[in-house]
Amino acid sequence: MNQSRQEKERNYKTHELMNDTDIKKLKNIEKEITQEYKHGWVTDIEEEQIPPGLNEDIIRLISEKKNEPEWMLEWRLHAYRHWLTMKEPNWAAVEYPPIDYQAVSYYAAPKQNKQLKSLDEVDPELLRTYQKLGIPLEEQKILVGVATDMVFDSISVATTFQKELEKLGVIFCSFNEAVHNHPDLVRKYMGSVVSYNDNFFAALNSAVFSDGSFCYIPKGVKCPMDLSTYFRINAMNTGQFERTLLIAEEGSYVSYLEGCSAPMRDENQLHAAVVELIAHDNAEIKYSTIQNWYPGDKKGVGGIYNFVTKRAHCKGKNSKISWTQVETGSSITWKYPGCILEGDNSIGEFYSVAVTNNYQQADTGTKMIHIGKNTRSRIVSKGISAGHGRNTYRGLVKILEGAENAKNFSQCDSLMIGSNCAANTLPTIDVRNSTSTTEHEAYTGKVGEEQLFYLMSRGIPQEEAVSLIVTGFCAGIIKKLPLEFSVEAVRLIEACAAFPDSLG
Amino acid sequence: MASNNEPLFRFEDIHVTVEDKKVVKGVSLTINAGEKHAIMGPNGSGKSSLVNALMGHPGYGIARGKIYIRGEDVTGLAPNERAQKGLFLCMQYPVSIPGVTVANFLRTALKSLPDSEARLKTFRKDLKASFKALGIDESFATRYVNDGFSGGEKKRLEILQLALLKPTAAMLDETDSGLDIDALQVVAQGINRFCDENVAVMLVTHYQRILNYVNVDRVHVFMDGKIVKSGGPELALELEERGYDWIENNFLTGTEAV
Repeated sequence: MNQSRQEKERNYKTHELMNDTDIKKLKNIEKEITQEYKHGWVTDIEEEQIPPGLNEDIIRLISEKKNEPEWMLEWRLHAYRHWLTMKEPNWAAVEYPPIDYQAVSYYAAPKQNKQLKSLDEVDPELLRTYQKLGIPLEEQKILVGVATDMVFDSISVATTFQKELEKLGVIFCSFNEAVHNHPDLVRKYMGSVVSYNDNFFAALNSAVFSDGSFCYIPKGVKCPMDLSTYFRINAMNTGQFERTLLIAEEGSYVSYLEGCSAPMRDENQLHAAVVELIAHDNAEIKYSTIQNWYPGDKKGVGGIYNFVTKRAHCKGKNSKISWTQVETGSSITWKYPGCILEGDNSIGEFYSVAVTNNYQQADTGTKMIHIGKNTRSRIVSKGISAGHGRNTYRGLVKILEGAENAKNFSQCDSLMIGSNCAANTLPTIDVRNSTSTTEHEAYTGKVGEEQLFYLMSRGIPQEEAVSLIVTGFCAGIIKKLPLEFSVEAVRLIEACAAFPDSLG
Repeated sequence: MASNNEPLFRFEDIHVTVEDKKVVKGVSLTINAGEKHAIMGPNGSGKSSLVNALMGHPGYGIARGKIYIRGEDVTGLAPNERAQKGLFLCMQYPVSIPGVTVANFLRTALKSLPDSEARLKTFRKDLKASFKALGIDESFATRYVNDGFSGGEKKRLEILQLALLKPTAAMLDETDSGLDIDALQVVAQGINRFCDENVAVMLVTHYQRILNYVNVDRVHVFMDGKIVKSGGPELALELEERGYDWIENNFLTGTEAV
């Protein structure tokens, strides 16, 4: 590595400092340090739910409910038949009892009129649900311009701002609508990044997926507002299997946000999603997630199994895709949002904060596959474990022969609170040419007695001192989130890590 | 109970145990408003254990003894509660808190102290003034607490906190160590400026050097966990000249001191 490159890399990885506005932004939040899960209630609404079980008839039934074209059903069946030949992966550093896939109901939806012409026709109970979750629905009252698709159990119940976006040629709708109204786009891109046989959970999703969001940003359009999807599991004994497909045409830009929550239940519920992103020449996608599925109680009973396959394809030259995720929920998280860097000069980024408390387990990280020349990837992962939480970073950086001058920087830090939690870092680096460079940094530490003493000796109470250390630890990632998300993220991280009694 | 006639800072018969080892063996001191006392002693004599225990570090248990701030017993309190009563410790080795800016840290600290409301109003102004007084660049405010700081920068940040938090009783643990002569002067000026007649100061040091810049009222020689000799400022000079051996040979008795 030559001198100037080293210098550059060093600058590249220097912590970006937060300015005063950022501090205000983060600190003006009302402190709500609480260990209670806030979104654990149930919406009382009549839902149609199909009986538990998984077979070809069930898949036909789901397809029928969605009034799908034949090709969609065929695709599902194809995936299902392949899934039958697959084994559930067991390499992740998570433990859970065997899942009975025949005991899950694969479709639940609130009963409502088939075709909604406007938001006014949405069941008021559903609107109340999203209001209670803090999701703005009444377009005229929204101050922050965020278009939202609301997915309730197996279906999308409403999407805001569609008309405004349409004027620019931006398509933002439920996956099901896209299957009907934009079949060419769906057929062209669906499964192109995460194929139906990619892995066990992706195959399951491909067979039974019920809804999700579809976004298409036409050539040269900078999407004027953030697009978002809010996923809510409500029904009992169901799983949620949604797909998100996002396509950014040449020279376009979009920032997409994703949030989720679920009621508190003693049973474990399954969430197996697939997300595919495609960026063409000079396009940029920012994809932010706040994952707040129900994490289970203090003893580890209940919670969501979050088995998700997310992948981005930087197909065009100079394209850029950033994943930013804040993972505070779920009893088990298994997800590795990755980037396939095919286009020359394309850039993939992964910024992650994962918090595990009580008996939560997270095995998460990323895959960066460098194919094109001068491709760059940057990975910053922050794992926080408290209580009996277990947190594993698992990452793969693969630089192929043709990826001349590819560069990767990885930083994987872990912070432990108390002495009963665990943190693992499992990076894999596979480099197949000699012109590329990779750099890896890792840090593992405990919220130290000395740090706490230092802050407390200045008058800061212990609980606040812990939260200051924890938010400081992930400040660099929080900064990457859009404003309205960063506030929520800080609140969640503080709530999740606020366990002074667990300090060893 | 607390009263105006009480000394600002007093502790009585302090015994400190670290991992079952007695490191401080009965120390008493009274420091009145406006007074500065130096505690001088060789490395490993227990000076740092004493100040850490007084501040409430969980690793330094007070086995016996009492601490009073303005006559109020603070012995059983957590470190943050002692700080709220006006106790302060300039640390010898301040730790870094990555991701937390100096400004954010100082504001949070100030917020947790009594009468914070009025002080927060003038926070920006006060911060600027203290920066200037200590020769600190304003970009300091947006850097992370002690993260990548040089030795001199760390000590300046400690003195800056002394200036902003305005404690009643300030303990300075080897604040002079590792500083070049310029930095030492700046730090000493800071102490002189911010520790006025309303503050009781306990300056812990190994060397006499800083006493050339900070005038102290009393000097206590600390060896083997005890104050073995007390005197006026001239004692420091004598100590500098004759070394700790002189004390050891002339003033220490018993078998513990070898």
